[in-house]
Amino acid sequence: MEGLSPWVIFFASIFTGNILLVYFLGMCSFLSVSKQVKTSLGLGLAVVFVLTITSALNYIVYYYILEPLNIEYLRYIAFIIVIASVVQLLEMIIERISETLYINLGIFLPLITVNCAILGVSLFMVIRKYTFIQSVLFGAGSGIGWMLAILAMAGIRARLNEQKIPPALRGPGIALIISGIMAMAFIGFSGIVQIQ
Amino acid sequence: MITKILIATLSMAGISGLLAIILVIAERYLANYGECKITINNQKDLIVKGGSTLLSTLNSQKIFLPSACGGRGTCAYCKCKVIDGVGPLLPTEEPLLNKQEIENQIRLACQVKVKQDMLIEIPEELFNIKEFETRVTLIQDLTHDIKLVRLQLIEPYEIFFKAGQYVQLITAPYAGVKESVSRAYSVASASHEHDHVDLMIRLVPEGICTTWVHNYLNENERVKIIGPMGDFYLRDGEGEIIMVAGGSGMAPIVSLLEKISKEDIERKVTYFFGAVRKKDLFYIDEMRNLENEIGNFTFIPALSAPEPEDNWDGETGLITEPLDRYLSRSDNATSQAYLCGSPGMINACINVFVKHGITRDRIFNDPFA
Ligand code: FES
Repeated sequence: MEGLSPWVIFFASIFTGNILLVYFLGMCSFLSVSKQVKTSLGLGLAVVFVLTITSALNYIVYYYILEPLNIEYLRYIAFIIVIASVVQLLEMIIERISETLYINLGIFLPLITVNCAILGVSLFMVIRKYTFIQSVLFGAGSGIGWMLAILAMAGIRARLNEQKIPPALRGPGIALIISGIMAMAFIGFSGIVQIQ
Repeated sequence: MITKILIATLSMAGISGLLAIILVIAERYLANYGECKITINNQKDLIVKGGSTLLSTLNSQKIFLPSACGGRGTCAYCKCKVIDGVGPLLPTEEPLLNKQEIENQIRLACQVKVKQDMLIEIPEELFNIKEFETRVTLIQDLTHDIKLVRLQLIEPYEIFFKAGQYVQLITAPYAGVKESVSRAYSVASASHEHDHVDLMIRLVPEGICTTWVHNYLNENERVKIIGPMGDFYLRDGEGEIIMVAGGSGMAPIVSLLEKISKEDIERKVTYFFGAVRKKDLFYIDEMRNLENEIGNFTFIPALSAPEPEDNWDGETGLITEPLDRYLSRSDNATSQAYLCGSPGMINACINVFVKHGITRDRIFNDPFA
């Protein structure tokens, strides 16, 4: 993917290739934490943060360790280990630096250690053969896309509280239906650019 | 081939090792909050290493708050009251707590971290319920079908319970019974004696646990108990305490009486003990002793069907009859009733109490399940 401008990838991963609504990765925290806009924002920021950092780190791990040694097939394990430890490390650092930052961002970090969107982005970047800059922007873009989706979801769910919903559909039921509708809306973006 | 495998393993080990080292160093310097003191319910201090969540810290101290989600902040089972030593409410807690809980300083133990000395409150039962390893030091016949079993605590070596509460006895497999079962028995010993518990166990035909205790359990054997539990205990009040219990229902009553005697509680106490024949009566001497120790205590045994050779000159009839006679003569306005026995007996007695103006909120019972 040499030719593609990193910025195209950045915007494309927010809209046309939204990691959540187009690839359906990171669904579990999307559904469980999207009850309030405030918490969703915190979680979204944490995802942006972690995605950007881990895609850079995993890029280095993949192209400087795994590929030269011919053990690319171990990338799943390697990526997961890197992600898990980076998340922990970040949490500790943030906790020390500032209480406010910890409350607004750090507290969410453990929740996304095993978020599949994070691993997904690292794997995509390898499959699509992005360069380093492209990878980092792809990570950041995917994170922002994810945040956008969960914020929209939280906004909608806040409104839903006042609506009459059939009892059987309350909670997860209606949340799934709404994510489906949102995904369809995002399909409208596809076709603008192709990044894969 | 071998080199390939070696390279793969080594490099993975290298990556994980490196990350692990970084994390360990970070833990040591970044997440090191030194030793913190957690004070629970104002009665117990724990010295712990700070840095992890309250839930896991308590777990490591063998205090188990319920948790279904494994600390991910979704089940809200791990609620506990944190009075001091914690930062502001976290956004991960907010959705799971209601206004009232937030006002009451309720927090999620899996989300808050121990970073300084803390003052917390958790329900007494949770704090206290433990599994005890014990040794049988005494098995004594009280009557032809009730045995007193004394269990000396080994680990933990002390139990704190309220007089009237029960423990669960866990049976060992025996004869044809392959599984262990647990059965609840009220503690008969005094609540100020912390190193042992006495249980009164009546042989129930075909009963898995009682058969085990009566026919298979020997002195010096080890058994496990879990406890203390239950909300049958002495309530505050001024008025008379009227107790009714028959057979092994005597157990919690003895413990209550010991407490009344030990703490010099100056209330009038009357205990109706129901049995069939003289050979079902037990602890008579102990009761007479307690009558001397407690200022205003009367023990009234009643036999429902005394044998001619019993030469019984005390109260006769079902326990409800002497109770009824007694209540019609006494002032019941502030009296409290404490009942322990079979559901049938309890219900019959409740009717008598209610008839004489002792309302349900002043009647406490501990039915045998
Ligand atoms: S353990 Fe489930 S919310 Fe704390």
